[in-house]
Formats: sequence, structure tokens, C-alpha cells
Amino acid sequence: MEHHFDTELDVLKQKLLLMASHAETAVNRAVEALVTRNRDLAVQVKDEDAVLDRFEIEVDDMAIHLLSKAPLASDLRLVTVAMKISQNLERVGDEATKIAKRARDLSKEPPLKLNLELPKMAALALGMLKAALDTFVNHDSVAARALIPRDKEVDALNKKINAELILHMMENSDSVPRCLNLIIASRSLERIADHAKNVAEEVVYLYEAHDIRHAGVKGQGTPAPGV
Amino acid sequence: MTAPNHRWRNFKNTLMQTIAFLCAILVVVPLFLVLYHLIKQGFSSINFAFFTQLPKPVGESGGGMANAIVGTFILLAQAAVFGVPVGVLGGVFLSEYGSSRLNRWIRFAADVLNGVPSITWGMVVYALVVVPMHGYSALAGGIVLGMMMIPLVMRTTEEVLQLVPGGYREAALALGIAKWRAIVQIVVRTALKGIITGILLALARVAGETAPLIFTALGNQFWTHKLTEPISAMPLQIFAYAISPYDDWHRQAWAGALVLVMFVLVINISVRLLTRDRFHHNT
Amino acid sequence: MDVTIKQPVAAQPSIQEHGETVALALRNLSVFFGDNHALKNVSLDITAKAVTAIIGPSGCGKSTLLRALNRMHELNPGARVEGEIRLFGDDIYSRAVEPVIVRRRVGMVFQKSNPFPTMSIAENVTVGLRLNGIGGRKMLAERTEQSLRMAALWDEVKDRLHAPAVSLSGGQQQRLCIARALAVQPEVLLMDEPASALDPLATSKIEDLILELKKDYTIVIVTHNMQQAARMSDFTAFLYLGELIEFDTTANIFASPSKKQTEDYVTGRFG
Repeated sequence: MEHHFDTELDVLKQKLLLMASHAETAVNRAVEALVTRNRDLAVQVKDEDAVLDRFEIEVDDMAIHLLSKAPLASDLRLVTVAMKISQNLERVGDEATKIAKRARDLSKEPPLKLNLELPKMAALALGMLKAALDTFVNHDSVAARALIPRDKEVDALNKKINAELILHMMENSDSVPRCLNLIIASRSLERIADHAKNVAEEVVYLYEAHDIRHAGVKGQGTPAPGV
Repeated sequence: MTAPNHRWRNFKNTLMQTIAFLCAILVVVPLFLVLYHLIKQGFSSINFAFFTQLPKPVGESGGGMANAIVGTFILLAQAAVFGVPVGVLGGVFLSEYGSSRLNRWIRFAADVLNGVPSITWGMVVYALVVVPMHGYSALAGGIVLGMMMIPLVMRTTEEVLQLVPGGYREAALALGIAKWRAIVQIVVRTALKGIITGILLALARVAGETAPLIFTALGNQFWTHKLTEPISAMPLQIFAYAISPYDDWHRQAWAGALVLVMFVLVINISVRLLTRDRFHHNT
Repeated sequence: MDVTIKQPVAAQPSIQEHGETVALALRNLSVFFGDNHALKNVSLDITAKAVTAIIGPSGCGKSTLLRALNRMHELNPGARVEGEIRLFGDDIYSRAVEPVIVRRRVGMVFQKSNPFPTMSIAENVTVGLRLNGIGGRKMLAERTEQSLRMAALWDEVKDRLHAPAVSLSGGQQQRLCIARALAVQPEVLLMDEPASALDPLATSKIEDLILELKKDYTIVIVTHNMQQAARMSDFTAFLYLGELIEFDTTANIFASPSKKQTEDYVTGRFG
């Protein structure tokens, strides 16, 4: 006999995945707008942020409704993790919007003559986000654990880009507005990577029942059964 | 919306109901016939003298059944003394102790004894008590009635105890109460009404036994002063009067029969009152 | 799906943290009804002054396990108990120990409340004392009030202690049965689905009562209501087909169980 609750859990999962793909698309487009100086694309991203906000509300509503049915064990973890992930994805959308706004402003001015590793950082951050969401779909807590240290790379790049921009600003005072915009964009990418890391930590909790947040990860543990 | 043969069905239904009703009436009719006849024939002979005087010798009119009435009570009292403890304790054993195999045989024996003709009981006690004592006695009468009561009381006690929910026994034992204490002060106490009912009904049953008393108590025209002497009892006196050729005695026999039936009726009504459920009116 | 075990239960029957007392230590407990091996080799430690819940589907042996803890199986001629149960160190099945003594130390409350119908409320509370030869009017009166207070029933019945016990409502009767069990001053209280026959309000009163009682008593409760077990208990044992599948803190059993069978039962995906 069909377990009705399973159907409802599936609906929640599907909604979350849909939200995830929207978030990924938003980041993709924002980065492209930044790199290709595409003003129209930037505006599009900004306008579509509302979609993600609505998704977060819908996912949370659905989760509360499911909680009232008193789920236990892996069902309980799925519902609470879904709420956390939706929050992280909504913030990813906000960061993408910030990047888009910077891209829009930057596109009005001439490009900086500076070879930054922003595209590489963007690719790393995007890669982390996509990988984190994949581990959720694939029930792969091992891959999620492996994902978490990659955040350091993004942090390192952010520092490097910041240093280069600050140096440039000190030498060319007329480039300050443009450099500031780029600093903000870089920080947003760093935050996107952080959110991807958070999602990975939630995935580990969901499938292994180990809460590894706020601690150094040693890569141990085996998955909890039945998930 | 009605089936095609519904008129035939309705008629069949009413027919069966009428037949069942008539059968029920048929069952009750003898009771009323008996009461009617008893009252018609015996009521006129019931007077103060009936309850207070001894039988008069042949030929003299008047007199009463005082000694028979008292005799019946004395016999029933003895029957209770012999029959109630054994019967109740036997019932307790069957319900609370014993193995299922042993108990099955005991129950079988009790059921067989319940079916033994009363005259046979009389003959057995004659051989066991009257002969060694070299005489008929009230004691023998009491013994035979008591022995007849035992299987009856045992079975009704057992059945009433079985009706006590097992939860009470469990709860009592779970409190660390010893088994025999739990049985006596909780299970039996809960079933007490039912046990008393069983005893009263058994007494009513043996009150009317005549055949066994012929071989044991024999009967007495006078007051009995010792239990080792024969004693009068109502069924005996009624029998003696009924087969006599004297009209006066016939009338007294009817009166005696009426009094006996009233006695049994009173016991049954008392039982009904005793066991009525004050909180739920479903009995 | 991976079914690796997080914490092998058989080799680690005790989940006490350092310093907690074990009220009942079960080792290789088995119960047979004739040829039916109803409870198979159960070993676990019941922590003192805590609530331990036993959960599992119908027929898994929950009640059988509970009744072994106060030697109630001896009422059943076909039952046989093997293994060892120690109550604060004392072997309760030892030949030197009378079942009656065990049952005074380990009390029991049943699913269907069963106050004795021929007795009043006060008489019911003290029946365990009086019928064991313990008397003294003053002492009994004090114990009556004390037990009824502990069972959260005193205020409701203090003006009618001599009313028949059966005049109480279902929930009150169950609390009376709890008071009756407490009057004997047991060390452990066993409860076999104590609230399953009650409405939600009465049930929540019983649950609050149990949470209060655990300050002074060790409580073992059998329940088929998992939310109830999650609300009330500190430890939970999951039984299936007579075997102990998992025994852990309640938080772990209901949020992150180790065994797939536990996970399936708890999320309702059994069968």
C-alpha cells in the first residue's frame, strides 16, 4: 500500500530541487552578466529574485505542514533540512542579485585594465553549489563531506582578489568606484560558496545523522540506514 | 422500492412472531395453572392454626403443619452447613486452582451428580447413615439435602467466579498480595452476590425434595427434640396427607403445597432483588 | 541502502553514562510459552529514576518483557522464563526469593484500569498494604493521602474518599490504580500502555504524572504510541518478533536510529 506521507515528502523534495535550479541559473546569469558586461542580463537576474523569495515561503509552509504530522527519524531530518536548504538557496539568490547589480553598474563604465581571477572564483563557487545540490539528489554524504574543504580555496581567491583590487585602488584613484563594485561582487561569490558549504553540511546531517556544522571535518562516519 | 414478494414475507414474519408468542404463553400457562389451583384449593385452609399446631390424630379435624414447617427449616439449615462450605470451596478450587485436566473430571463428576435422581440420593444416605445409626434421623435428612446441594453450589460458584474479570486477579497479584488472600478478599468478595444467589437457589431446590427424605428423615407427627430423631418436613407431610383418604387432610395438603410454593417464590424474588443492578436498568 | 551498524547493541548493553545507577539489569532474558519462543535473548540495562519506553509492533513481545520484570508469568502454567534479571543487584528469579516480595518492589499498572469494585477509593489505595498485613489507621490514612497526591488525584477525591471506586471517570480510575501501586512504595513502576484506553486530555494528565514520578521512581512503560514514547521517555527499546533490535536514548531512536528496522518502524513504513 502506498505510504501517503512519502508522496508528500517527494513533493517537498521536488519543490526544493526546482528552487535549487532557479538559484543555480540566477548565479550563472549574474556571473555571465559580470564577465560579459551584459546590462540586460543583469537586470533580468535582479527582477527574478522575487521567484526565489516566493519559493522559500512555499517550501517553509510545506515543511511546517509536514511537521504537524509528527514525522520521525529520516523523515524528520528531511523536513528540517529542507527548511535550512531553502533558506540558504534564497540567500544565494540574494547574492546573485547583488552580483547582478554590480554588473549593471560596471557595465555603464569602461572596463578595468586588470587581470583578476574572478571568472575562476565564479566557476569554483558555481561548481560547489552545483555539487552540493547533486549530493542532496544522489544521497551522497561522502561527496558532501569531500565538498566542504573546497570552501577554503574560494576564500583564498577572495582574499587575493581583494588585495589586488585594493592595490589598484591605491594606485588609480579614479578606478575606486569600479574596484569597490568588484570587491562586493567577489565577496558575494565567497558567500555563495559558504552557502554551498552549508548545504553540504545539511546533506551530511540528513543522510548520516551527524551534525558537522561549526567544527572541523575529519571525513569519518557512515551513513544512517534506511535513507 | 419493495420486493415483489414482500407481502408474503411480511405475512410469514407475522405468522412466526405469533407462533413464538403462543409458545411463550404455553410455557407460562402451567405456572399460572399451578398457582391458581393451589390458591383455590389451599387458601381456605391457611389459618393461624396451620402454622402453629401439630397434626391432629386421624379422625380429628383441625391441627396444622407447624412441625413440618419448622422441620423444613431445620433440614435446610443443616443442608446449608453441610453443603455450602464444601460447595463454595469446591467452586473456588475449580475456578482458581487445579489443573485443567483434573478440573475437567471434577466438573464432569459434579454434572453427573446433579443429574442423579433424588430418590437414589435418599437410598445412598440410607445405607451410609440411617443403617449404621439404626434409625431415621433429622441428621440423615440434613446430610442428604446437603450432599445434593454440593455439586449445584460448586458449579454455580465456579461459574460466578469465572465471570470476575481476570484483571482484578492480576492487579491483586501485582500488588504483591498472596494468591489465597487475593482470591478470598478480592475475587470471592466481588462475586459474593452471585455465590449467595447460587446458594439460595440450591436451597430452594432442595426445599421441595420429598423422595430422599422418605429414606432419611422419615417424618414425624410430633416435635423433634434431637437431631438423631426422625423429623417432619413439608414435602413429607404433604405427601402423607395427599395419599390419605381423609378430605380434611387433603385440604391441609393443598395448603401445605401452597405454602411451600410461596416459600420458593419468596426465595426467587429475593434473589432477583439481591442481584438487581442499581445503576444500569437492564436486568 | 547501506545497513552498517552505528553501535552494536549486543556487545554494549549498558548505555549509562558514568555514575548512573542501573535499576534492572536484564541478561539473556528469554520467555517461552510452551514451544513458542516469545522473547529471545534480551539484554539491556534499565536506568534508575528514568523512564524507559518499550516500543514495537503488536506481538513483538513488549508485554511479555514487561511481565517478566515482576514475575507475572508465573500465573501462566505454560510459561517458562530463562536468563537473569537483577533488581538493584538482586536476582529476582532466585529460588530464595518469593514472587510476592518481588512484586512489592516492582509495581504494575495495567492497560485497562481495574480498581476493585467492592471497595471505596481509600480502600483501593491501601489494599496492597492491608492485604499484606501492614496496618495502623494513622499510617494508612497518611499513605492514602500521600499516594493520591503523587498520582495527582488527591484534590479531585479528597472529599469523597469513601465513595465507590467505580464512580470515578476512566482517567481518574487509572490514576487511582497508579496511587494503589505507589502506596506499596515500590522501587520500580511498570506500566503496560497506561493511557491507551483514555481520551487525549486524560492521557496528557497521565503523561505529566509520569514525568513527575520519574524523579522518585524507575519507570518502564510499554506503548504503541511513538509520539508518547518520544515525549515521555529518556530511553527507548525497540522490539521486533521477540528480539531486541535497538536500545538507545530516546533522542537517538526517534531522530537518528541506527538500525534499518527501527528506522522503518518509527517512520511507519513497516510491512
